[in-house]
Amino acid sequence: MADPFLTVTHLTRRFDVSKPWLNRVLEREERQFLTATADVSFAINKGETFALVGESGSGKSTIAKMIVGLLAPTEGQIAIDGQKLDPKDPVSMRALRRRMQMIFQDPFASLNPRWRVGDIIAEPIHTLGLMPRAEITVEVARLLDLVGLSKADAGKFPHEFSGGQRQRIAIARALASRPDFIVCDEPTSALDVSVQAQILNLMRDLQDEFKLTYLLISHDLSVVRHMSNRIGVLYLGRLVEVADAKRLFHEPQHPYTRMLLDSVPDLALSGRRRKPVSGEIPNPISPPAGCAFHPRCPVAQDQCQIAVPALRPTPTGEAACLLAGVAPPTDA
Amino acid sequence: MQDTKPRGRLFRIWDSDVAASFRRSPVAIVSGLVALVIVLAAVFAPWIAPTNPYDPSSLNLMDGFTPPMQPNAFTGNSYLMGTDNQGRDVFSTILYGARISLFVGVSAVLLAMVLGISAGLVAGYRGGWVDAVLMRVADVQLSFPSILIALLIFGVARGIIPPTQREAMAIWVLIVAIGLSDWVQFARVVRGATMVEKGKEYVQAARVIGVTPLRILIRHILPNVMGPVLVIATISVALAIIAEATLSFLGVGVPPTQPSLGTLIRIGQQFLFSGEWWILLFPAVTLLALALSVNLLGDWLRDALNPRLR
Repeated sequence: MADPFLTVTHLTRRFDVSKPWLNRVLEREERQFLTATADVSFAINKGETFALVGESGSGKSTIAKMIVGLLAPTEGQIAIDGQKLDPKDPVSMRALRRRMQMIFQDPFASLNPRWRVGDIIAEPIHTLGLMPRAEITVEVARLLDLVGLSKADAGKFPHEFSGGQRQRIAIARALASRPDFIVCDEPTSALDVSVQAQILNLMRDLQDEFKLTYLLISHDLSVVRHMSNRIGVLYLGRLVEVADAKRLFHEPQHPYTRMLLDSVPDLALSGRRRKPVSGEIPNPISPPAGCAFHPRCPVAQDQCQIAVPALRPTPTGEAACLLAGVAPPTDA
Repeated sequence: MQDTKPRGRLFRIWDSDVAASFRRSPVAIVSGLVALVIVLAAVFAPWIAPTNPYDPSSLNLMDGFTPPMQPNAFTGNSYLMGTDNQGRDVFSTILYGARISLFVGVSAVLLAMVLGISAGLVAGYRGGWVDAVLMRVADVQLSFPSILIALLIFGVARGIIPPTQREAMAIWVLIVAIGLSDWVQFARVVRGATMVEKGKEYVQAARVIGVTPLRILIRHILPNVMGPVLVIATISVALAIIAEATLSFLGVGVPPTQPSLGTLIRIGQQFLFSGEWWILLFPAVTLLALALSVNLLGDWLRDALNPRLR
């Protein structure tokens, strides 16, 4: 961790999913909380791509939303370049907003259908007051050129573009405030496979050009492998493994990571038997005691049901499993 | 949807779809024409009408009860639609009356739109207790017939406004009464649409940038919820015109010196059984044509804007 740009410490988010007050009184039910993210800590270095992977409902998007300030954390802290992020403090948020942007999953929903592309891209510049009105047209043309569109596209509406082109527009908008850090929430999952690679390559080129730091949220392991330097694996709102991207694919330390990797289709037709992921992610309202993965874990032991294992160092990074790493399991 | 338009045209494909749907619907064309004729006649009433019914000096009581297209027994004057009991030309009073009816109807709907859209946007976007309070108020109001609400507001206004100004203020009281009784449906529709829109990623993208909630509501969400609002507004104009006529018929609307279509109908029904049918019939037919054509236009607009029926 030479130069951590973003640090997330003990990040927890609970959602109140209780029934309305009257129903609770009549049916004698307790309040219910859904823990979307529990005690997640990681750091992202300047200029690297950190990927968060996990199944649906593992809390990936919740973390992304908390980092960009769309959701307030229940507990824990987020700091960007040493500056603490506090959604309740508008002055500090304003300074941070210029530096971080987000690319959304669905380019059909992330662009306002009634706005012209030029206005969409210019909105961050307007809102943050970054340059005089007269220069914005030129800047929008520069941004469109940067993402491989023509400056005439500024006058069109989003519905005149294909999915890949729309995602380019979304990227241009994200770049408009000249940020250092971009959260990419499944940026290619809504696109055709043929277009995915183009968008990913564009993102990499832009990263090199502007020294961007990426947080990449994805459930697609091939995307993650192509893009990231380090990977964090989420299971039921907890980080179960953090490892160097290249080594994670060869030496998974956590049994859940191993299970995910085994499920990936093998295009090389090596003859490897593909094992489907067994079981389903448990209900996050009432997670299993101890290690949340133990009901599905092939190597689970009795101790796994007692306490939540902490992240411990492994040869490739960190993993939250009693059996992970060099040290043999001693006690919980 | 295919893109046949040249680049840079201001019109959107969305617009041309609606225009095409209009051209294909005979009902829409006919009701559009009828509404257009009545609206134009009302707007240009001072230039079209042969007499000015608001000018007492131009009236001749001897002209009263002249049947349509027949010379008056005393004065020999002949009128297209006859005259009423005070000798006012029915055709002229209809033109001026439609003017008042349309003005009251459109203004009341504009007031209801402003109130309803604001309440709906805030309730839908904020949620929580703000939403609960606004929607319970709406529910309570919806459980009364809106004509009762309008009567209540009218009664309260009569108590507040000094008697000397009652006649002058009557139109404005009417607009407020109808507008306040009609905001609920706008609020409900806008609230629902806002709740859908606020979860979309373009709103989140604006929040990430730090766009203020007011600006998100007005610049981002409002344009995307206007479709259903336009439909309701059109149908509401027809309903507001009828509400105005009902109130005027009941005698709590505009004064007889500035008759609206409702006032004319009230005057006319007194003479229905004594044989002067034209005093009632012509204003009533005009009101029917206006309300029906606007209503049919609203129906057509609802279908045209509904992508599932396309």
